[in-house]
Amino acid sequence: MNTLPEANSTNSTNVSDEIACAIETKGVTKIYGSGNTEVVAMRDASMKVQRGEVVALLGPSGSGKSTFLTAVGLINPPTSGQVLIGGEMVLEGPVAHTNLRTFRRNHIGFVFQKSNLIPFLTAVENVQIAMELAGESRGAARRRALELMEYLGVADRASNLPSALSGGQQQRVAVARSLANRPSVILADEPTAALDGERGRQVMDLFAKVAHEQGAGVIVVTHDHRSLDVFDTIFEMEDGLMHRAKKP
Amino acid sequence: MNLATKDIGQSLGRFVLTTLGVGMLLMVVMAMGGIYRGILEDATLLVNEIGTDLWIVQRDTRGPFAELSRVPPNLVHRALAVPGVKSSREFVFHTVQRERRGKPFRMAVLGLSWPSDKGDWIPLLAGRPLRQNHFEMIADASLKIGLGEKIQLGKETYTVVGVTHDMLASGGDGIGFFTTADAQAIQFDVPSEAVRLERSSRAARGTRFELAAKQPSLLEFANLPAAELPQIARPQVSAVMVSVLPGAEVQQVAKIISGWDDVSVFTRKGQRELLLEGTVEKVRRQIGLFRILLVVIAAVIMGLILYTMTLDKIHSIALLKLIGAPNSVILGMILQQALMLGALGYGIAFLAGRKLFPLFPKRVILADDDLLMLAGIVLAISVLASLMGIWKAMKVSPNEALA
Repeated sequence: MNTLPEANSTNSTNVSDEIACAIETKGVTKIYGSGNTEVVAMRDASMKVQRGEVVALLGPSGSGKSTFLTAVGLINPPTSGQVLIGGEMVLEGPVAHTNLRTFRRNHIGFVFQKSNLIPFLTAVENVQIAMELAGESRGAARRRALELMEYLGVADRASNLPSALSGGQQQRVAVARSLANRPSVILADEPTAALDGERGRQVMDLFAKVAHEQGAGVIVVTHDHRSLDVFDTIFEMEDGLMHRAKKP
Repeated sequence: MNLATKDIGQSLGRFVLTTLGVGMLLMVVMAMGGIYRGILEDATLLVNEIGTDLWIVQRDTRGPFAELSRVPPNLVHRALAVPGVKSSREFVFHTVQRERRGKPFRMAVLGLSWPSDKGDWIPLLAGRPLRQNHFEMIADASLKIGLGEKIQLGKETYTVVGVTHDMLASGGDGIGFFTTADAQAIQFDVPSEAVRLERSSRAARGTRFELAAKQPSLLEFANLPAAELPQIARPQVSAVMVSVLPGAEVQQVAKIISGWDDVSVFTRKGQRELLLEGTVEKVRRQIGLFRILLVVIAAVIMGLILYTMTLDKIHSIALLKLIGAPNSVILGMILQQALMLGALGYGIAFLAGRKLFPLFPKRVILADDDLLMLAGIVLAISVLASLMGIWKAMKVSPNEALA
């Protein structure tokens, strides 16, 4: 695979020189409903992910993985606990310390089970839009989008609509978009679920590559036990409780 | 990057069809406005075009357009004697329906007061004004009688010597201009048999009078044409038109004439009001209300279209929110699409209307004021209609992108 020309060399240096905390959660709890209908989806979840670290989050369906991901992704704030990103306190329980949408745009990249590309934009525009929303000029955003696509090996499909791309290509474009604004955190929710084994492996390798080269902290929710060797750290969730697991 | 045009570009066919539909709907709204304007114009056309200052009609009637009016022709001379009057003319107006080339033929017959009025004021497409007292006519183009063509009305044949345009009665019938004498001949034409029966009847009535017994030669008069009998009044006219001298007060002249017990008098403005408040009032109100209804329907349909368009991309909107798009970007996308739909629909309505409206049987007039007002309404509809979509989009949670 190619190397991104401006692959955040400072970040890479930082990653190698000093350990920077990409994301940290402290006692994050999410409760839905109240009284008799109260459901504890996640209890006291704590996790620390360094820059350049790739973390897997395993667990059966309904264990609270997605709830955790939406909480640290600033989409669905927790009931209690703290979320810090890049050392900055962002959420204290449901209380936001910053504009969550702007913070999300500038600091967090998302990749989902389905590629979730915008269907009316071409592949390169899907990457470009993330940068334009962050205030990048159209020309600069276009250039960097093409560089990212080159880096991820999908530059030849830049002008295709998502519907004309294979599942693997769509996921690569989604990864490119998640990298667009040089995020400190990338959150991926079962990104290989719709892919075959070989392509799934490629995508997992990709996360490791971007984490190490871009200096982002990556959390991947997955059921795919075949690729666990890619991850630096593994967490497991069950019945809303999170614990660190051993690497296989 | 303009998300609105990108979204449209991806489903261009659908957008084009939707815009065509909205355009057709707006064309109907535009047509209603044009028909409304056409009715007003047609109703007041004669009053405006003839340009007389005063209308003298039968006492306590609202003639000659809003209702039937009959005044004696000698009223022309009485009016002329009023101080300040420059000219006075007879006015004969009625509608005939005959058969021509196997089809019903309707025409409004208007009598010009020969020789003072030869129709020089009538805008002609071809031909000339009237040049003789009988058997010539000027026809509106909508009557489809060509220059030089002849038409039989009653016992006489009339030749079209001039063709005019947009000269329609309030009912939409094209106007044929004749001399007053011809117009009356058309109006009071009776079959020959009816004339013979009337003369016999007249002779029979005469025999019952003692005078006829003493002077039997008087009965010979019974067989003369009605116009030659002093006992029988000349056919009456619909109204008398009066023009006042420059510098003379129209109101003053009207005041003098209104003092006569056998007639009523209306100014040009008064006559216009009679027409608008009388003859076409209900049609005007009906079309006006129907137009309002259509505007509301157009707003509802556009609202539903825009709402559906928003629903179709709700996942993309959630995704945009997830990657940090501010509300203004999403709001802008929906609003721009609404405005594009409205503006293009309006353009289609205007262009299609320009081609189609002239084919309508009655005049459809696209007045600049009406077009501007409709453009404003479409703009307002577009904004209002997009509110439902915007409301839905604002409620979407970024969570939905994960579903």
